[in-house]
Order: sequence, then C-alpha cells, then structure tokens
Amino acid sequence: MAIEVHDVHKRFGDFAALSDICLRVEPGSLGAVLGPSGSGKSTLLRVIAGLEQPDSGRVLIGGRDVTREPPQRRGVGFVFQHYAAFKHMTVRDNVAFALRIRRRAKPEVLARVDELLALVRLEGLADRYPGQLSGGQRQRMALARALAAEPQVLLLDEPFGALDARVRAELREWLRRLHDEVHVTTLFVTHDQQEAMEISEQVVVMNEGGVEQVGTPRELYEHPRTEFVMSFVGEVNRVGERFVRPHEVQLLPQSDAGSREGFIDRVLHLGFEVRVGLTLDDGDQVWSQTTRERADELELEVGQIVPVRLGGGRVFA
Amino acid sequence: MALGAARGRRLPRPGGAALSRGLIALYLSLLVLLPVAAVVAKGAERGPRALWEAIAQHEALTALALTVAVSVVVVAVNVVFGTLIAWVLVRDSFPGRRLVDGVIDLPFALPTIVAGLTLLALYGPQGPVGINVAFTRGAVLLALLFVTLPFVVRSVQPVLRELDRSMEEAAASLGAGPWTVFRRIIAPNLTPAIVSGAALSFARALGEFGSVVLITGNLPNRTEVASVYVFGQIQSDNVVGAAAVSTSLLAIALVVLLVLGLLDGRRRRA
Amino acid sequence: MRRLGLRTVALGYLLVLLLAPVGVIFWRTFEHGVGPVWSAITAPDAMHAFWLSLTLVAVAVPLNTLFGIAAAIAIVRHRFPGRWLLSGLIDVPFAISPVVIGLALVLVYGHGGWLGDWLAGHGIRIIFSTPGMVLATAFVSLPFVARETVPVLRELGTDPEQAAATLGASPAQTFWRITLPAIRWAVIYGVVLTTARALGEFGAVSVVSGKVAGQTETLPLFVQDQFENYNTAGAYAAALVLATLAILTLVAMNLLARLRRGRSATDATPTRATSTRAVTA
Repeated sequence: MAIEVHDVHKRFGDFAALSDICLRVEPGSLGAVLGPSGSGKSTLLRVIAGLEQPDSGRVLIGGRDVTREPPQRRGVGFVFQHYAAFKHMTVRDNVAFALRIRRRAKPEVLARVDELLALVRLEGLADRYPGQLSGGQRQRMALARALAAEPQVLLLDEPFGALDARVRAELREWLRRLHDEVHVTTLFVTHDQQEAMEISEQVVVMNEGGVEQVGTPRELYEHPRTEFVMSFVGEVNRVGERFVRPHEVQLLPQSDAGSREGFIDRVLHLGFEVRVGLTLDDGDQVWSQTTRERADELELEVGQIVPVRLGGGRVFA
Repeated sequence: MALGAARGRRLPRPGGAALSRGLIALYLSLLVLLPVAAVVAKGAERGPRALWEAIAQHEALTALALTVAVSVVVVAVNVVFGTLIAWVLVRDSFPGRRLVDGVIDLPFALPTIVAGLTLLALYGPQGPVGINVAFTRGAVLLALLFVTLPFVVRSVQPVLRELDRSMEEAAASLGAGPWTVFRRIIAPNLTPAIVSGAALSFARALGEFGSVVLITGNLPNRTEVASVYVFGQIQSDNVVGAAAVSTSLLAIALVVLLVLGLLDGRRRRA
Repeated sequence: MRRLGLRTVALGYLLVLLLAPVGVIFWRTFEHGVGPVWSAITAPDAMHAFWLSLTLVAVAVPLNTLFGIAAAIAIVRHRFPGRWLLSGLIDVPFAISPVVIGLALVLVYGHGGWLGDWLAGHGIRIIFSTPGMVLATAFVSLPFVARETVPVLRELGTDPEQAAATLGASPAQTFWRITLPAIRWAVIYGVVLTTARALGEFGAVSVVSGKVAGQTETLPLFVQDQFENYNTAGAYAAALVLATLAILTLVAMNLLARLRRGRSATDATPTRATSTRAVTA
C-alpha cells in the first residue's frame, strides 16, 4: 500500500512543525525520513499514523483518505523510539495485544504470536516482562507487536535511537532483511544519515518543517539540490562560496595549473582511510580524505606544504 | 476514561472528555468550592469592618495569635528534628531502622482524637511518668508536634536518598570538613524539600482540631486555638464570628500554599 | 561518635513524642484485663458508631477514588483552560481546618444555607444526618487518590497509550488494559490513605453530625463522648480499635510502597519514588 501526503501543514502554537509537505512512499518500499532534531520528521510520521491531526492537507494510505480517521482505523503499525512497552504484560501478551483487541480466536492468537516471536528471534523470552529485556530485545518485541495485526504500513520513529552503536548496526541489517521477508510498506525516521543511507532505497531529507529533497542515497550524495542536503548528507568543506566533498580535495605529488598550496595541520590514520587537515593559502580550512596507500606514497607529515586540487564542488544560489 | 468514554465504542467521542470534566467540576463545586465560598461570603457579608471586628474580639484574636505562634514554633522544631530524623534514616544504619522508618507515618494513619487521647494518657494528670502538661500551652505544642511529625521527614528523605554522594566526597577532597560539607553542600540541596515540608506542617498546625481538644482543655484566652474557637462559636450559634475567624485561617493557608506553589514552580523550571 | 549522638537524639525524639504515647494507650486499655474492653466495644452505642464509620467509608472512598482517577487523568493528559485551577483546588482540603470544612458544609447544606432550605423543602436532610457526614468525610479525604496517581501517570507518559491506539484499541480498551494497570498501585495506595483518613476524621464530622449517641456518632466522636462523660474505659477501648486499624493501615502502606519500589526496580526506566505522603488535615 502506498502512503501519500498532500499539502500537509501543522503548527504547534507559533512553531511551524510541518509546512506544505507532499510525499509519496511506493507500495512495499522501505523509505527513510532523515533530518536534524526539530526538522518535523517525527511530526510527519505521527501525522501519517493519526497520532497528530494536521491543520490542513490530506493523508492517504492505499488510496484511502484517512485524514479524519483515528489511529485505530488506519491499519498502521507504529514503533516508538523508547519502545512504549506495556510493562505490566509479558512479551507474549505485548505481542498478542492487537489480536486480543480484535477478539481473534485463542489458538490463532497463540500461533501467530509464536510465529512473530520467531521472526524477531525472541522465542525463548515469551514469558519475560519487558523490564527483563535489553534495549535491542525490547525494540524487537515492539516491532513484533506492531506487525501482529498485519498492518498495511509500518512506521518507525527513531527506532534505534536509544540503543548503543553495536546493537544499532545489528538491528539495521536485521530490519533490512526483515523487510525483504515481510514486504510491508515501511517508513522510518532517523537523524543518522548513515543509517538512512544503509537501510533505504528512498530517503526524504527534511529541514525546518519542509522537505528539502527526495531521492536515492546516491542521488542525494552526488546531486544535492540544496546547501542543506549537501552538508547534511555526507561531509563537506566550504571554500569561499563553493562546497567540496573531502574526497574531492586531492593532494598532488607536484603542483600543476589548477592547484593551490595547503599547509598540513593534522594527519589522522583511520585504518584504510586517512584524513588530512589543511589550511589553504587563502586561509580556508579543509579536510581531505584519501587512502592509506596514497598517503604513504606522498609521505604526508604535519608541517609540510603540499599542492592541492579542489575537484568538483558546487555553488548554491 | 472511567467516567467519560463509554465502554466498547470504537471512536473517541469528543464529548467523553468534556463529560468527565463536567462531572469533575460538579463534584468539586458541590463538595469544595461552594462551601468554601460560603464561609468567605458569610464572614464578609456585613462588610470588611464587621469582619475585622469579629476577628478583633479579644478571645478570637488571642486564639489566632496563639495558633500562629505555636505553629511557628512547631515549624522550627520540625525543621530541625525532621531533617535530623531523615538523615538518621537515610545515612545511618542500625538494627530496626526499617521499622522506625515505617512508624514515621503513624501520625498520618492515627485518628487525631486518638492521638490526643494517647498524649493525654502519657503526659496528662494520670500519666505514669509524672509529667503533666494537660491544659497548658505546652500541650498545644505537644499535640501539634505529634500530628505534623512526618511532613519534613517525608519530604527530605527522598531528596537525601537521591543526593549524589560524590558531591560530598568532592567537597571533602577539596578540604571541607564535615560541618562545612553539611552547610555548603547538603543543606542547600535539601532546602526546597525542607521548605515544602515546613509549609505543609504549618498549614496543618494552623487548622488542627482533633488532637488538641482533649489535652488542652480549650481554656479561652489560654489554651484555646483558632479551630477550637471556631467550633465553640458554631456551637453557640455565632456563625458570623465563626466564619470571620475561619476566613482569616483560610487567608493564611492560602498565602502559605501560594508561596509553596511559587517556590515549587521555580524549582521545577530550574 | 557524632553519628551515634545524632541517632540517639533522633530516636529519643521519636520515642518521647510517638512511640511511648501510643504504647501507653495499649497498656491503659488492658489495665483491668480483657473483659471490660470487650464489653465496652460490644456496647450498642459503640457498635453503632463502628458501623456508621464503616458506612461513611463505604460511600466516601469509592466516590473519591473515581473522582481521583478522573481528575488525575484530566490534569495530566488533557489540555483545557482551568487545568491549573483544578490541580490547585484538589489540594485545598489539605490546607483547611476540619472545623472550617464542617462550617462550610453547614453554611451551604444546613438550615438557612445556600442550598439547605431548598433541599429541606424537598424532604432532604443533610446536616445533622448521615449525608452531611458523608460530605464531610469525602471533603477531607478528597486529594489522596489524585495526588498519588498524578506523578505515576506523568511518569508513564503517553507512548504506551498511543501504542495501544495504533494497535487498534479504543479509548475505553486503552484505559482498562493499559492505563489502569499501570497506575493501579498508586490508586490502591491512595485508597488506603483515603480510607485511613475517612475512618479517623473528627473535626469536620463533629461539626455536621450533631453527635447523637447511637445515631450520628462515628467511632472517633464516640471516643470523645466517652472520655468527656468520664467513661475512660470505653474511650480507651474504642481508641484501641482505631489505633489497631491505623497500624494495619501503616503495614499496608509499607507493603505497598515496597511493592511499587520492587516493581520499578525491575524496569530499566525506574519510576521515581515520587509520593511525599502529604496527609494533612
């Protein structure tokens, strides 16, 4: 089922949380909404779920206008950043909640719950309480709970935001594979550009309540339409009016026609990658990204002056 | 919600919350708002002069003055002993500490008339220890100390428990002695809790009735507190006089609550 | 040895002010054996007072429990003008003298009161009768449930309720299956406090009751009545019953507090031990 958002506006008092949002998420796709905190990305997700009412505009799920429908009737699964676990219920009862609300037959409920717990790999923990689970386990339980009633769309609000780095990376990979199995239209919100680009086919970049750009990770990186997207998606150096990616700052063995001079302030060895901090002849400070091999070839050292070529680069009006 | 949305309905009725709010307002109005307004209206019905004259009656004024004065002493004692008891319960350890901790709330659970009878049994004319404070102002103080005991203890205790010990260790490592640590580190952190406990004790002491009626003898101009005076006036059908003194009690309590609310608001914003 | 000194002072204060007097009451009551105590508490007036007290509790406590839960939800979950007024008004009974509360009820519901004459015209008698005593009891014990529930509800947050909504639960289902189970210990704790207060109320009930022995006398009023009529044995016996109930309340409070702490200790996001048990008169 597709998610469509038409001309949605939402204000909280004086603050315009969403202005003029239009968006389409293709059926069966896995999309990300990426933006800094306060960009309106969570509000957008909550408007789609029916947890917030837009001031104007429409929300369609599977072609049906659900703008005035309460969350109960939208057929969405929603996963909260802080799990929203029902602490007084076991894992099994949490997952069974939506089915019991719908008064499904007991054997059907138990069978479905077992199936879901296997899917999220919590089989052995069905009789535990959420308080006895780790953060990652709790979030998987929340996901199973959201999937129980077979929602038309799955919405995840910063689902891995409260977890530590290693568990995050694991769950990302796992969500990706889960989506390949379940194939429900999925939209998740994150402030982590790497997370967005690793998981999704389509990324919506938001800033200050508006959509900046929608595209594949590659499009966003290579053809950013605005200064904001350029600097938020991937790293960037600013040289005068120009924006240059670190890998486009090339260090040369000798100077040539287009090259300038740079003074090496720092050299950071990050395994395969080496980063070099430079001060250019007109005072701009930039990072250059290169490989270990190349750095060894050039024999880079702090205090050296090296020829630098700024390739590519973009100017935004 | 319990009173609002009827069970089993799929859609949230917009009227549900409003209905429940209406019932809340009705209950509060009939039970609290209307009666309290009636006291103030009765007290003020013949104008501010008559109100003042009713309060300025020698017996009324003496009762009010005694009540406020004893309440101030009660607050002072509670601040010292309440904080001390809280400290001993949190930081000290001795056999039976949990039991003592549980017993602190006894004055809240014990009916006030029983509290009064209890004090009279020990510190009255037939008391086994030979101390007799019955029918003196000391009895007023004793009764009020009994019923207000838990306030400061219970508001300071959780704050003290949560207080970061490393702050004190840091201060000690910087050369502060135990007394300096208490004065400069512990006390400032406890102050809001002490103030709130003190205000609650004050409000309670101001209006206390049940525990003082038996042990103080209710001697006019000597041991009669404001609430006992009000009770006497109601019994002798001087409703206006009763309402006037009640109004002044309400006013004092209101000021205390407002100050407490302001302090609390400031603390929450900080 | 400073620590030992502080401990001695603190415990000494508690002993002199609290434990010794309450201990003496037990000793005094059984001074002449169990027989007189038994006959004193089974005397018709005493029995009647006991039942009347239970009746007041049976009406006032459920009313205040429903009100407390509804008010707590309104204060924490809803945004409406006058919300701050509601949360302030709930605490009012703690700040008012019980005698003033009694007077206030007389001025509205009594003879010549704002509503009293109209009600009397319809054959409804409130003051000097059971309904007035119910009102007085409900007034003084109003805040407990709401006060205990508000912080727990705030701590719970709206996420679980919203999660239930996205999973298809109606508002009523969300309340019964999610909200109420989450606040139940706070509500029960509040109910215990409400009951203790309702059972022991003296001043407010004293003003509105008329104190007719065997008719409008509650157990606390009976204690005073017996004492002032020089029947100290009867007074001590009734006081003993009340004191025993108070100690049972205390045990229940401590068990509940431990239960709540224990439960939150198993959660990764612990609920703060919020309640300052402010039980004022």
